[in-house]
Amino acid sequence: MAVVTAPAAPVEPVAPVGHTDGLVVAPPSIVDPAYQGLWSWLTTVDHKRIGILYGISAATFFVIGGLEALVIRLQLWEPNNTWVSAQMFNSLFTMHATTMIFLAIMPMGLLFFNYLIPLMIGARDVAFPRLNAFSYWTFIMGGILLNLSFLLGGAPDAGWFGYANLTTRTYSPGPGIDFWMIGLQVLGVASLAGALNFFVTIVNMRAPGMGFMRLPIFVWMSLITMILLLLAFPSITVGLILLMFDRFFETNFYSVPHGGDPVLWQHLFWVFGHPEVYILILPAMGIVSEIIPVFSRKPLFGYAVMVYSGIAIGFLAFGVWAHHMFAVGLGPIADAVFASSTMLIAVPTGVKIFNWIATMVHGSVSFKTPMLFAVGFISMFIIGGLSGIMHASPPADLIQHDTYFIVAHIHYVLIGGSIYALMAGVYYWFPKMSGRMMNETLGQWNFWLFTIFFNLTFMPMHWTGLLGMPRRVYTYDADLGVTLLNKASTIGAIGLGVAVLLFLINVIVSLRQGEIASADPWDGATLEWSLPSPPPAYNFAQIPTVHSRDAWWGMKHPERLHLDPIEPASPVGAAPAHATEQAHEVVPTARAGAQAAVIHMPSPSFWPLVVSVGLLITACGVLFVDLLGSVALPIFLVIGLMVMIGGIFGWSYEPA
Amino acid sequence: MRQRWSTALRARRIAALVAAFGVAVLASGCSGETPQTAFNPRSEYAEQGLSLFVLIIWMGVIVGVIVEAVLIWAAIRYRRRANDALPPQIHGNSIIEVLWTTGPVIVVGYILFVTLPIIFETQAPAPQSAMDVNVVGHQFWWEYQYPEQNVVTASDLHLPVGRTVNLVLKSDDVIHSFWIPALGGKRDAFPSHTNYIWLTPNSTGTFPGQCYQLCGYSHANMRERAIVQSPGDFEAWVAQQQQPAAAPAPGSPEAEGGALFQQRGCAGCHTVAGTPAAGKTGPNLTHFGGRTSVAGSIMDNTPQNVRTWLKDPPTVKPGSIMPNLNLNDHELDVLVAYLESLK
Repeated sequence: MAVVTAPAAPVEPVAPVGHTDGLVVAPPSIVDPAYQGLWSWLTTVDHKRIGILYGISAATFFVIGGLEALVIRLQLWEPNNTWVSAQMFNSLFTMHATTMIFLAIMPMGLLFFNYLIPLMIGARDVAFPRLNAFSYWTFIMGGILLNLSFLLGGAPDAGWFGYANLTTRTYSPGPGIDFWMIGLQVLGVASLAGALNFFVTIVNMRAPGMGFMRLPIFVWMSLITMILLLLAFPSITVGLILLMFDRFFETNFYSVPHGGDPVLWQHLFWVFGHPEVYILILPAMGIVSEIIPVFSRKPLFGYAVMVYSGIAIGFLAFGVWAHHMFAVGLGPIADAVFASSTMLIAVPTGVKIFNWIATMVHGSVSFKTPMLFAVGFISMFIIGGLSGIMHASPPADLIQHDTYFIVAHIHYVLIGGSIYALMAGVYYWFPKMSGRMMNETLGQWNFWLFTIFFNLTFMPMHWTGLLGMPRRVYTYDADLGVTLLNKASTIGAIGLGVAVLLFLINVIVSLRQGEIASADPWDGATLEWSLPSPPPAYNFAQIPTVHSRDAWWGMKHPERLHLDPIEPASPVGAAPAHATEQAHEVVPTARAGAQAAVIHMPSPSFWPLVVSVGLLITACGVLFVDLLGSVALPIFLVIGLMVMIGGIFGWSYEPA
Repeated sequence: MRQRWSTALRARRIAALVAAFGVAVLASGCSGETPQTAFNPRSEYAEQGLSLFVLIIWMGVIVGVIVEAVLIWAAIRYRRRANDALPPQIHGNSIIEVLWTTGPVIVVGYILFVTLPIIFETQAPAPQSAMDVNVVGHQFWWEYQYPEQNVVTASDLHLPVGRTVNLVLKSDDVIHSFWIPALGGKRDAFPSHTNYIWLTPNSTGTFPGQCYQLCGYSHANMRERAIVQSPGDFEAWVAQQQQPAAAPAPGSPEAEGGALFQQRGCAGCHTVAGTPAAGKTGPNLTHFGGRTSVAGSIMDNTPQNVRTWLKDPPTVKPGSIMPNLNLNDHELDVLVAYLESLK
């Protein structure tokens, strides 16, 4: 396990009962001062700690994926370069994409889902805290398994999308594809468990008064993401199982001489793969939708439309997958249908962009680092979204498909979109999570260097692609005329690496010596800002009652409250159980001398780790196939299942 | 104040730099230094796809510039100033929402309206008069079979100008993708089903392309050339291809090479019509000497390049099925002489 630093200080309530910078703090007996150290992290079921674990792991994998990209760019510096072999290059781009998508961006989203969703909905934890821990440990197992491939016979090298029949045993005899296949299945288990958990949490554990149309927009986007995860992952799971049977048990789902068809893989993969890209962008849109109103000092423009657009995007996401297959020859009717649905999905996406801009209009916009990255997100995502519309037309796509033009699009939406938003989120919520502010000067340098070098890397690729350079090539001809463009991209990539380094330095330096953060440094709109920075283990001493959208703004500034039509204009401060407009000052929510309520938090548990290890053992059969033959799979499956079932028994019978 | 002002200025400077760079690069696309550019259409199929693409590019660029400008304007105009009052707490506006939902619908609707007919036109069956050429993808080279003329060749795809050709795409192993940018949009070559591209080249010349679907280690080394000729030249080429291989003069180095070719196992993978060599794994070499490119079109066909290839194929093309036969210098000399004599 990577080095883990405990949060800035264990939250011991030091103030007397009834006073703090936010809601009431409960008596010291609730918090266990012994909950520290490595074992506490291995057995934690606290959503905040699990979120931080995800964040650190995601950052580590992001650096690994970035280094893989740097080697790719160095190899492509000039034509006919020989820095890395053709085989290693194929592994590098396969692992770069797999790492960035499954081990960096998705887990970074999980940092925010984990940390924020319970806080934003006024809950003390997620619906299934131990399942939450299980998701994290399983994700780590999957990430380690995937990367072990480099050391144990070769990393997967058929692309992150692993098209059959290149991935069948005939054309990829080595173990690389096996690692990829099994690794993704393990990661899929983690994702499905997490999606179920957060779905139930959001539906069932909202604070009183928090109807769906009062949910923070980030929580809405997360809810839609969970539904996408639940419905999309089964498709790739099936596709991978068929591939596993082809590779280990000589079935012929994708093997052509015996009647199989590689197109089957493409359908199964992309029915997952397209919703997957919306899984990557919707949380990012949610983050940006939280930041822009706060830094503009006005509510999100068109909240309901933003929610409906998100739902529309989630729904349409399942109807566009074959736009990845316009060159396959599905026929004009299929091409026409998918061109239409793809064009259609551009509409709710564009509407969201307009709503963000409208939030800023007539606002008072402060360009602290979180807002810089949020506005940068909008700017870069416009470019990525528009190049996406260009591929939505099949005859035009046949020019762009599998060239660097697509690489440009992908990175504008994934870096310009997802990464910018995730960085914005880190800068925004770092104070809440750690109790310290990030350095604003370093942040500005981080943003501008990142933006300049990101554009230097990927803007030229629009031209590189249209001049005919294919994707996934370890070298190119000098005659192609793309050498200068490739050099620009390589220089940009190096600069981008420096900018990322600056980000990491800012995180580390700020953790040690950042300015101490108050509970609410940004005048936030959502409930997490009503708690100390960082929050106590139990989050809310008293579960708040919510009377409006932007619940915390509503509690702090009831005069600005936008009450729903159904909500009577009752004075917010009348009920005793939550903060009044003087919340910053004194919060006597319990009568002096009254017995504080006992809060029962879920206990730490090692069973989730045990079950994850059992799953890993099951998956490890693939490592021993070379040594023992295909029989290794059932052997490890049985051992692993025994550990898993034992673990699940322990989990089920453990006292709560 | 100064910091926020320079933010906007910086943004504008960056935008100007990018625009200038872009114009410079696009201009270079027309000068012939970029032979695989998509912006050099040499068939009606290519022109149709490109003009649709260019239309969408312009629409995208215009929309993009407008929206980015509005964003930058909003950022500057509404930046926080000292002593700002609380802004108006606007929650939305239904009319605006309807307008900016309808607008994009109209824009994408128009793109669809222009796109759909082209999909159906370009994917209609080829005209009866079209000349069929079977294009077969292999790891890592392209094979061409002309069924009407009974010709089998590789690497160089000869086509007559002004005549409609129907490229029938298939693969012998994994998925490949056939694209010669000057001739029009690509299609994948599958082992499990057949795809078609039909087009009418409108200019003579040599137009390069390569494989555009990851197909293994040497995906980057799988290329092709289209050689579009006048009808007369094409017929002459066909006539020559239909002949059996030129027999080398007895006792010459070429003859020695020919004998070596049969003895050293080359015949197991390659066909040379008129000799016992009838292998189907590798390219047909009957008229190898007349080709402009070799080894899946990654090199020009010169004696030096052929020698480099024969000396160690797996190093030149990682993952190549053709093995290193450990030929010594003399063997290389005579083999090269033989192959180049197969005009």
